[in-house]
Amino acid sequence: MSLKILKAGILDTIQDEGRFGYQHLGINPGGAMDLLAMQTANLLVANEMNKPVIEFFYPAAEIFFEKNALIAITGANFSPTLNGHRIKNGVPLMVKKKSVLAFSKKKNGQCCYLTVQGGFNLLPWLNSNSTNLKAMAGGYEGRKLMKGDILEFDADFKNERLKKNDFYKLPWRSVCFNNESAEDEIFVIPGNEWDYLTAQSKKNFTNKKFLTDVSSDRMGYRLKGENLVSANKEELISSAVNFGTIQLLPNGELIVLMADSQTTGGYPRVAHIISAHLSKLSQKQPGSTIKFTIVNQQTAENLFVKQQLHLQQLKNGCNFRLQQFFK
Amino acid sequence: MIQSYPYKIFPLGDSGITIDFGNVIDEQINQYIISLFQYMSDHPLPYQKEIVSSFSSITIYYHLYNLRKNVETYSTAYEWMKEKLISSLDFDLQNNRVEERVIRIPVCYEKEFATDIELLATEKKISVAEIIQLHTSVNYRVYMLGFLHGFAYMGITDEQLDYARKKQPESIKAGSVGIAGRQTGIYPIDSPGGWQIIGRTPIKMFDREKEEITFLKAGDTVQFYSITSEEFYSLNKTPPLPRERGLGGEA
Repeated sequence: MSLKILKAGILDTIQDEGRFGYQHLGINPGGAMDLLAMQTANLLVANEMNKPVIEFFYPAAEIFFEKNALIAITGANFSPTLNGHRIKNGVPLMVKKKSVLAFSKKKNGQCCYLTVQGGFNLLPWLNSNSTNLKAMAGGYEGRKLMKGDILEFDADFKNERLKKNDFYKLPWRSVCFNNESAEDEIFVIPGNEWDYLTAQSKKNFTNKKFLTDVSSDRMGYRLKGENLVSANKEELISSAVNFGTIQLLPNGELIVLMADSQTTGGYPRVAHIISAHLSKLSQKQPGSTIKFTIVNQQTAENLFVKQQLHLQQLKNGCNFRLQQFFK
Repeated sequence: MIQSYPYKIFPLGDSGITIDFGNVIDEQINQYIISLFQYMSDHPLPYQKEIVSSFSSITIYYHLYNLRKNVETYSTAYEWMKEKLISSLDFDLQNNRVEERVIRIPVCYEKEFATDIELLATEKKISVAEIIQLHTSVNYRVYMLGFLHGFAYMGITDEQLDYARKKQPESIKAGSVGIAGRQTGIYPIDSPGGWQIIGRTPIKMFDREKEEITFLKAGDTVQFYSITSEEFYSLNKTPPLPRERGLGGEA
């Protein structure tokens, strides 16, 4: 009695902000690839930012609502429809029971998020609802969603607008966070092994463009482009890596570690994507062009603070509008 | 004193900080790292989100936004964390004893599990029996956990077992005991991996239902002992985990 998966997508999992405090045991945080989109979805329906959501890749699942729900869809645009009618991302939407949500075409982005007001009733594993596919724990039975799965949620409401309509769009929306950079520009700060790179490779890193490869997944985005050369052949012992670390592989290619990355690694860490740009990077489809710009620690921190303030504003705005609306 | 070892502190992205005692696998340094890890887990810095230890370094991830919101006198959160981190290096090692465990792990070195043991014997010009003898005669230290949940990096193996990892990762069964360079380790789950496999243990290295999720932890001492395949099957009552998908890692 809540929400049922009619048709499974390629990789639909429950995610939240991640599982922290267990990396010393080799258990990675996981969590949503696009945290900003996932948090935005929650704020739109006045949830706590960390409520578990469904993360979809394309093709995404088809979903049946067994009862009325207030939902929000954010992140990638997979052309969502409700009972065949086109609906929008980034708005709170009242959905009438017995409606079907489907995604018909990938328009832009990689990862899409669905949340319901009040959140799903799930048992956390190690204080998080993120799905850890390798450990087969967390999320929904530690696995991706499959046909027939039922996700329970408590929130239920009646609204006269749903008497005549299958859905009703609430009159506010989230605006995109302005991250002060071009579409393909990704800000990084140098990593500890940045100086392993030859002078020419350092130039190539910032001057050349890179393409995200088709083999990219929740663990890492591989980049194709000018191969880089390490002047230091010393083998590194393993140490910490995280979401956003850019490693130089032995073949000269770069890989950006994503949400499901390992906790430690032994390849040179040439740079780190700044936290404020992880959302942007995560939405790059295979074959997208990216260009790195090196910024300093302060810029990286300031942009993240700005992004968080943007979320706080959104939170206050949405809470206020929602209270007014349902008054 | 270990504190006289040179160290380097650097940012790991914009919300992590690492203190690194060098690119070395050294028992003393690792002992210090584990004490420091223990101390900083018990006495976390303000805004500390989590802490990870490795062979010779410690990384602290912190709540960047909260730190920046409350601390305004520093140009970066990193500078603030760095100062706090350095001051916590003065902790009293003596009053911070780390639990020392010695753990015996049964391994079946028979052919059906030890997929690379004959190749290793040929390459290193020693017999399979000698490999088993060498592998079981050393006390190993668990330097760190990483790569996979519950994957313990152990060392240091006898130099006669020193052998490079595979060029291409292959799919490896849970419980497989591998060697790479002077290290040995156990795959907790079915996974792609590049270590040379010389046996398999029936012990589960990871159990998500248990309070102690991982069988080993950093700082443990491990002794391997040889068992027959009959003993392996009688100890191994749990069905194998399904095969994993995803990119190969470097371990």
